[in-house]
Amino acid sequence: MSCIKTQGNNIMIEISTPFNNDILLSLKPFDKVLINGFIYIARDQAHKRMFSDSIPFDLKGQCIYHCGPSDAKKGDIIGSAGPTSSYRMDSYTPYLFDNGLKAIIGKGKVNDIVKDSIIRNKCVYFGAIGGLGAKLSKCIKSQTVIAYDDLKTDALRKIYVEKFPVIVIINCNGESIYERDKGENE
Amino acid sequence: MRRKINSQEIIDTISASCIECACVLNDNAYTAIEKAVRSEKNDTARYVLNELISNADIAKKDKIPLCQDTGMVICFVEIGLNIELDEPIQDIINRGVAKGYTEGYLRKSIVNDPFERINTDNNTPCVVYVEQTEGSSLKISIMLKGFGSENMSFVKMLNPSLSEDKVVKIIADDICSKAFNACPPVFIGIGIGGTMDYASVLSKKALLREVGVNNPNKFYANMEGKILNLINMSNIGPAGCSGNTTALSVAIEAYETHIASIPVAVTIQCHALRHKVIIL
Repeated sequence: MSCIKTQGNNIMIEISTPFNNDILLSLKPFDKVLINGFIYIARDQAHKRMFSDSIPFDLKGQCIYHCGPSDAKKGDIIGSAGPTSSYRMDSYTPYLFDNGLKAIIGKGKVNDIVKDSIIRNKCVYFGAIGGLGAKLSKCIKSQTVIAYDDLKTDALRKIYVEKFPVIVIINCNGESIYERDKGENE
Repeated sequence: MRRKINSQEIIDTISASCIECACVLNDNAYTAIEKAVRSEKNDTARYVLNELISNADIAKKDKIPLCQDTGMVICFVEIGLNIELDEPIQDIINRGVAKGYTEGYLRKSIVNDPFERINTDNNTPCVVYVEQTEGSSLKISIMLKGFGSENMSFVKMLNPSLSEDKVVKIIADDICSKAFNACPPVFIGIGIGGTMDYASVLSKKALLREVGVNNPNKFYANMEGKILNLINMSNIGPAGCSGNTTALSVAIEAYETHIASIPVAVTIQCHALRHKVIIL
């Protein structure tokens, strides 16, 4: 379930996977959110494989993180693990949302077809801060490669995260942090 | 007088430099972000900038790459006429890169072919530019270039009759249309002149310049200021969350060119500015 915590001046909303609609429906663009639970890591080649074979996990209520981590040092769970640009997965994301996926975590803009599928399925696009790989790796408590090991960093992974910090980029009504006038601050 | 440099010395230095660049944020970049925190008025922007500083501190302390994309390596080599090597310099550098990326647990992001896409497993080959110089020194400027921002970089071949202001606007508008996906705040390297390919090389060289130092030519220094202002008026802001810190610096390098063109290349560099100068 969700709860709201305050860290300094920042209001942080804490939510857990698998996601249910009630929690996601309340989110607004710019909301700062901390995610707990299992999420999946997939980027370019993993998406290509999932769509040429079959999707090897149940999408219902799940979240896919667009990321390609660096190698873990001895004793570490994972290496640096920040977001990669989500637009490169635009041709795959609407199908995933139409089939039960509730959220993606990535960075940057996505196209209108993705936005429409977000609205249609009441999903959310979360943004992690680009370039925050070292800090974000500390929120990852386990990782397992579940498919496509040969793709190395591009493999499909299941990770467990605690207080993984993201910002709502597009909420389930299609409201986006990127839709604003020039010169107007939030 | 000939001066011999052993391959192993170069390999070890390149390897150590790759690891250092990947895990320790360049001092110039760190200072530029700290300065931006003080001048930024937007709360979300300040939050993002402070997170980037915290990330750099964690990366340095725990020797974790700042960003998981530890890039493709580019080396600008200036080799003295009197230097003697055992093998071609690009082969030595590639061995150093392979060592650094393997021993430093840096991400191997290079694939064998644009379509076959099999990972080469040691982040080689890298891109090497060699220039000969007088004397007996070997200078290597090494840069780790991430591809989130590289994908947003571009080349334009402009009409030679265009005014400076028109060119400034074309460059700034195109950067603003792409900066959302380039992990802002960004550093901008611009090459103007030469040929299509050489303008691109210059845009990378421009990023090697110390942050905040303008081109010694007043005309280009002025142009750098104009482009920086236009980008920062876009309200894209850190991580695209709005604010006046979209770019931290703009550096232009210019070169002689052809009567028919103004070649312009822009390399966008994310906040993780990773380069180092090695002199052997």
